[in-house]
Amino acid sequence: MIPARRWLPMVLLVGLVGGYVLVGVQHRVDATLAEFASGGQLLYLSSPEWVKRLAMGYDGLLACLYWTRAVQHYGRQHMGTVRQYPLLYPLLDITTTLDPELKIAYRFGAIFLSEPPPHGAGRADQAITLIQKGIRHNPDYWYFWYDLGFLYYRGLKDYPRAAAAFAEGAKNPQAGPWMKVMAARIAAEGGDRRWAMFLWNELYKSTDNPYIRKNARDHIYGLQADFDIEFLEALLARYQRTTGQPAASFEPLVAAGVLRGLPLDPAGFPYRLGADGRVRLDPQSPITTSTRGREP
Amino acid sequence: MPAIEITDLTKDYPRGFWRKRLHRALDHLTLTVEAGEVFGLLGPNGAGKTTTLKLLMRLIYPTAGTAQLLGRPFTDVEVHRRLGYLPEAPYFYQYLTGREFLDYCAQLFGQAKAERRRRVGELLAQVGLVEAADVALRFFSRGMLQRVGLAQALINDPELIFLDEPMLGLDPVGRREVRDLILRLRAAGKTVCFSTHVLPDAESLCDRVAILNRGHLHGLGALDEILKIKVKASEVLVGQPTPALAEALRALADGVRAAGDKLTLTVADEKLYAVLDCIRAQGGRLLAVNPVRASLEDYFYEEFGTEKVPELTGGV
Amino acid sequence: MQRVAAIALNTFREAVRDRVLYNLIVFALLLMGTAILFGQISIGVESLIVVNLGLAAVTFFGLAIAIFIGIGLVYKEMDQRTLYVLLAKPVRRGEFILGKFCGLGLTLLVNTALMAVGFFLALWYVQRRISLPDPSLLAALYFIFLALLLATALALFFSCFSSPVLSAAFTFGLFIGGSLADDLRELGRMVELPWVKMAGDAVYYAVPNFRNFNVIAGVAQGHPVPAALLWQNTAYAALYIGLVLAASALIFQNRNLK
Repeated sequence: MIPARRWLPMVLLVGLVGGYVLVGVQHRVDATLAEFASGGQLLYLSSPEWVKRLAMGYDGLLACLYWTRAVQHYGRQHMGTVRQYPLLYPLLDITTTLDPELKIAYRFGAIFLSEPPPHGAGRADQAITLIQKGIRHNPDYWYFWYDLGFLYYRGLKDYPRAAAAFAEGAKNPQAGPWMKVMAARIAAEGGDRRWAMFLWNELYKSTDNPYIRKNARDHIYGLQADFDIEFLEALLARYQRTTGQPAASFEPLVAAGVLRGLPLDPAGFPYRLGADGRVRLDPQSPITTSTRGREP
Repeated sequence: MPAIEITDLTKDYPRGFWRKRLHRALDHLTLTVEAGEVFGLLGPNGAGKTTTLKLLMRLIYPTAGTAQLLGRPFTDVEVHRRLGYLPEAPYFYQYLTGREFLDYCAQLFGQAKAERRRRVGELLAQVGLVEAADVALRFFSRGMLQRVGLAQALINDPELIFLDEPMLGLDPVGRREVRDLILRLRAAGKTVCFSTHVLPDAESLCDRVAILNRGHLHGLGALDEILKIKVKASEVLVGQPTPALAEALRALADGVRAAGDKLTLTVADEKLYAVLDCIRAQGGRLLAVNPVRASLEDYFYEEFGTEKVPELTGGV
Repeated sequence: MQRVAAIALNTFREAVRDRVLYNLIVFALLLMGTAILFGQISIGVESLIVVNLGLAAVTFFGLAIAIFIGIGLVYKEMDQRTLYVLLAKPVRRGEFILGKFCGLGLTLLVNTALMAVGFFLALWYVQRRISLPDPSLLAALYFIFLALLLATALALFFSCFSSPVLSAAFTFGLFIGGSLADDLRELGRMVELPWVKMAGDAVYYAVPNFRNFNVIAGVAQGHPVPAALLWQNTAYAALYIGLVLAASALIFQNRNLK
């Protein structure tokens, strides 16, 4: 036995130097791997039927695992720089094959898939396929018809199909009575923004899932801002017609009693009036979904 | 230069769940073995014989004390080139044959291939394992393993050989062969140090012995020296005694044993002539008179009391 | 050096004469056979699946061998007292540790090579042509071998002071932990407490980072392995193994044999 006082200093020295060099090497490996692995994503088994067969009865458990993987994939890519979601649909497809009644996977998945980039995959077509699968497996769950109508309406702007989906969902006795109204209105008036507003409102009310609610609220704010901007620009145009000169700010309108105060967007930030006479959102405003307020 | 020089060698083993209690397996052992001697470590089980050998072989580390082997510290790796060691009840790699195992051992001494082949063949012949040389060791009997163990201990033609219970598990023929081997080694000028609890082995082989009990050294020297002082009685064998003679002898002798029509008497030296006179007077047949040489058994019996004796068997 | 080589060769010989080894290799080859079947079930990804499943099989069966033999390397010799004869000879204990490691390393080399042959046969079968092995695949196999050596060193280390079952559990645990190390670190970073982040980083750098050696997924997609990774992983493995073996030797040096 070698006494500790003889080997301890040596051990500490070797441990410290070795550990230091090891961390250095690891840093380099990290850098190399980060570059190498970014493209290297893969689904080992892409056939949902085979995954189900191999699950050997643990379908539910495996569905949860795949669902978690789908969410992680979305989250990781969303936070990263690439913002592409190549595995999203296959993962969701496998998840819902393993557990066809996992409704959250269809609804969330449809949002992830249909939202335009960078927030989603921008694949309304895949979202529709997923929701249609949900409808096949859960015929009594009328929200899927609503989701389907909404996807046609907003994602593909296919108003006849959207109307048909709402009409089909409305046949369910539990469905909200407005489903019928939606079907009729959309069939008649197409892409009027008011119906989009209404749909987002219903979606907001239909769930207490915080993610879905936040997403719906963002869209409602965006639509509201679009309404506001149209309204404000109309006021400005009228002002110019009556006074003969354009307004440089909102103050003259407030002074004239046309506006009750400086106009605020739904998130509480003041609207900006540009030199070109166009109204835009404040750069600080969190509203991202407005089409008019962010025009260049 | 002594072959072995042990100074104050002490070994404590931790005991108990927290390993706090200490059990002293060897207590300040100091002894010297001269080159060319056959030296015996004697004692009952748990005396510290195996512990001593394992300490010298660096298999365990001493709590205190030190030792020199062939004039070098026992911790020196190089000195182990000149040593041989047979552990107690040795175990070897099951998957090797005897020849492969010995070849492996020879490799550890850095022997060249041709030298290894010659040496392994020689040793296999010496321990009588030529036929079984290419059989896997897992098929070997206890006695065959012991022979392989002896062969590996001699693979490097060592100057100093340690054998831990070399006769254990051997039949009478095997014991005889080991005895002859040790004598051959002595004749070749080697030093042999072996442990045993079998007395006749020690008596017939050892120049000197150390007697150990419970980690303590109890006697050191030539067996005769240790035992001489104990010789003070004779054994008298009488044939076909008459009842009257038997009666008279019972009164005189210290111990009487009847076997068939013979009586065996144990007689203290000072009463020997009185007993012989009595036999002659009564016309008894005197068959034999032998001095009783006290055995190690008696020595242990006297030294340590009855509790330890049953473990110390006087033969097989 | 000759003593180390003798101990290594004897360790190799022991492994080769153990039937468990062959069972594991046969299983691995069977698994690669199944990879071919799998490839036929799904469409257009035959070689992808063979690469993924095949290399995973090489990893896990190699790992099984490394662990099952590794945990017994020192413990079994102590337990069966075969060490007595060995260490009484002019053998340093550090030499014994190094010899044991090299012996199992040699076993794993032969073994990985055998499984690699099976792997390439399966790959050629699904590709319907025989071609020179893709350098990236060879690099992936080399990394797997490095990972196995690292696992062996760990098993050997634990084998110096704990029972085989515990050693196996520790080694496998470190393999899993080391494969998930960067997830652990991510987890630490998500929690917004500085000490949790530091702990996560500390764990990340302390555990053997087995993730470094896993390039299977990328290689299967045809991405070339960066040349820098070759020396980086070699350096990492050599350094980590060196430290683990040194620690093993120190512990073993101070052990009393029972």
